[in-house]
Amino acid sequence: MSIAADPLFGIAVTVIVYALFLWLQSRRSWVQPLLMTSAMIMLMLVVLRIPVSDYQKGGSWLSFLLGPATIALGVPIYKNAERIRRSWRPILGGITIGALSGLLSSGLIVLWMGGTSDMAWTLMPKSATTPISMEVSRLYGGYPELTAVLTVLTGLAGSIMGPPLLRLCGIRDETAIGVAIGTTSHGIGTARVLKDSEWMGAVSGFSMGLTGIWVSVLALPLHLLGF
Amino acid sequence: MIGFAILAFFQLAGWLIQRLTGLPLPANVIGLLLFIVALFLKWVPLHKVEETASFLLKYMSLFFVPVIVGSLAFFPYLREHWAVITGSGVVSLLLPLLVTGWMVQNRLQARKARQQKEDAHVHRG
Repeated sequence: MSIAADPLFGIAVTVIVYALFLWLQSRRSWVQPLLMTSAMIMLMLVVLRIPVSDYQKGGSWLSFLLGPATIALGVPIYKNAERIRRSWRPILGGITIGALSGLLSSGLIVLWMGGTSDMAWTLMPKSATTPISMEVSRLYGGYPELTAVLTVLTGLAGSIMGPPLLRLCGIRDETAIGVAIGTTSHGIGTARVLKDSEWMGAVSGFSMGLTGIWVSVLALPLHLLGF
Repeated sequence: MIGFAILAFFQLAGWLIQRLTGLPLPANVIGLLLFIVALFLKWVPLHKVEETASFLLKYMSLFFVPVIVGSLAFFPYLREHWAVITGSGVVSLLLPLLVTGWMVQNRLQARKARQQKEDAHVHRG
């Protein structure tokens, strides 16, 4: 058995590299800890010929913590519930239009570009948070593992490009940014905007939860419509 | 530690409910909803979970690293279908992002303008 097959390897390497990039980020604000840590570990596994399954023996311990972290989103939502309630119409409307346009545009483009229905369902639920997108994908004939990967890549892209792109397009309102990021970039985007303000994190976390519910609910009629 | 136990309890409760009822909602979302209800009903005092929750949320992006690294296994499939996946992926990220952001900001501003108008009316009246 190789050294890398011990769970300690995956856990220790990930935490050490991540801490390194967090420290670098505190000195150079353009550093992206999630993107760079993942890229560095991938490179390391490829160069040292370590199987991904060996790395995941420890890695899965860390990704397990996504569960309690998702529950923990209840805290900022609860603390900001009164403020969310005061703007519930715009927030709810934004989330609904975002979830629906995400589902429809991804599915239609796949079919229009000659992709198959299973590929469409692999991509369609990806604006929901990973555990939800995987479930929806599995339920309607997509590839859940690939959906998980694409969900995370979407969240990563949204968390990096989303806030600057929104500001570039004149969308500067914190509530609007929070809803847009939570609806399209789920937990990764939420973690990103939470660093800027607790309110943006709360409204993004709320949007992420509701998007997850919307995507699982809207998937059924879309399936019946022939997707 | 009590904070972590509370969060784990709601995660487990969500999982059990999902298993027993077959609700078409993911276990973690059910757990999250239960947790929010418990906070509102003061079954769970905020100060018991606040520290653990803020720690987990602060370092949440760390927990995504193994999932992204796992995408290595899909590189052959991604290489074969990259055009469709990228095309669909980029549009279905940017379109909802901008539409949602614009709509929420627009609605909030419209409401603000309406309120200011009403306020002005009250002052004059």
